[in-house]
Amino acid sequence: MKHRYLRNVATLLLSDETCIGCGRCAEVCPHGVFSVNKKKARIDDKDSCMECGACAKNCPANAITVDSGVGCTTAVIMGWLTGSEPSCDCSSSNGCC
Amino acid sequence: MSKEKSCCSSGDCSCSTEIITRYDKNDKWVTDEIHTSTGSVPVVSTKLNFKDKLGEWKVRWGIGRMNYKINPGIYAIGKPDQTSPVLVSANYKLTFDSLRKELSGMDCWILILDTKGINVWCAAGKGTFGTDEIVNRISITGLSEIVAHRKLILPQLGAPGVSAHEVTKQTGFSVVYGPVRAKDIKTFIDSDFKATEEMRTVKFTIRDRLVLTPVELVSAAKSSFIVFGVLFLLNLFVARPFGLGDFIAYTGAVVTGTVLTPVFLPAIPGKAFAWKGWLLGFLWALGYIWYSGWLIPGSLLLAIGYLLVLPSLSAYLAMNFTGSSTYTSFSGVIKEMKIAVPLIAISTVAGLVLLLVNSILA
Ligand code: SF4
Ligand code: SF4
Repeated sequence: MKHRYLRNVATLLLSDETCIGCGRCAEVCPHGVFSVNKKKARIDDKDSCMECGACAKNCPANAITVDSGVGCTTAVIMGWLTGSEPSCDCSSSNGCC
Repeated sequence: MSKEKSCCSSGDCSCSTEIITRYDKNDKWVTDEIHTSTGSVPVVSTKLNFKDKLGEWKVRWGIGRMNYKINPGIYAIGKPDQTSPVLVSANYKLTFDSLRKELSGMDCWILILDTKGINVWCAAGKGTFGTDEIVNRISITGLSEIVAHRKLILPQLGAPGVSAHEVTKQTGFSVVYGPVRAKDIKTFIDSDFKATEEMRTVKFTIRDRLVLTPVELVSAAKSSFIVFGVLFLLNLFVARPFGLGDFIAYTGAVVTGTVLTPVFLPAIPGKAFAWKGWLLGFLWALGYIWYSGWLIPGSLLLAIGYLLVLPSLSAYLAMNFTGSSTYTSFSGVIKEMKIAVPLIAISTVAGLVLLLVNSILA
């Protein structure tokens, strides 16, 4: 059963011109978001993107951008309360990582 | 332990006895040492013994979880030589154990990065499983001397931290991303480094979710002591003291949020975690109130109070689980939280006020 999360929120963007069709993005994506055909990558399933950032980090042509924020909910709430960026120092033993 | 060098006086020994990876002689999982041209490397077993399993059980329950690690460096499986594949992994002992137990019968090297005892996925997110550490570890271990080829197999889940082309640029080693799950590694190597679509996809099965729940439960239990403390203090000056019934209602809501919601996740209608948790929590609260016979006019305050507090608690705990899930995007979590957090806060406060009023009036 494929899990589904909120739709139309993922910040993933692919620049068609810059892509050199190496296929790395499809190799690293844990959710099968990309397919590569005729030397061009395509986003097949944007709503499955979990914004892990693997594709952007491994694209040799820098053709992909994605906001890969991390942070557990507690950190986000603390961030809201204190007005700072959420930072999750997973050193505490909460469920975050 | 000092780095011992022997002079190889007999003259027929071309191996250096320098120690590349230090290990504790009491560690039963190291079965032997292998001598390479640059030094000795520990050979590790592909079987988990009782101590390894006990260790896994303990960290799953959050005991000593942050200090369950091995020394970074290079380790051997079987009898690897210059042509054997190199697998890269993290120095969290649990990660290392789940990797080595899948490698029986193989000859390979394992390059362990210093991820501060954190698993590959989380370490990649933080960047400790990353380009710099790989480059660094290759040079510290002298990997280029140990193997003749120039290829590293990285776990796919490490990809968010690593820039494959950067590693190649800086070290000459090319990077192949292996399968998501360690159990597919053998097939992956045997099929000439080809991973199927299936091997590349993260699943988050019921088992995956179940093993995560104890830690959630333990951490919720820890915070609960504060709640119990407050209730205990309140008991000193209220008419209807908080007792076993409240304890059960509360515990039920915690278990609903930390265990039941994660376990039944895909089966619960809706998408947002907070909503899923709220729904189950609401069912729990309703069931409990009905069972306790509070659905009568005299107990209305109590019933409504609980219907406001308990589902919110479950919702909050379930929302926490987004941090452990492997499919929620951060933008999605933020969107969910912007709606859920205020509602949870209002509902909780309103419910608590009703409960208090009720116990003072009663
Ligand atoms: S990794 Fe970048 S260049 Fe390669 S196929 Fe994907 S988008 Fe194109
Ligand atoms: S950010 Fe992660 S999940 Fe999203 S497309 Fe890239 S690799 Fe796939």
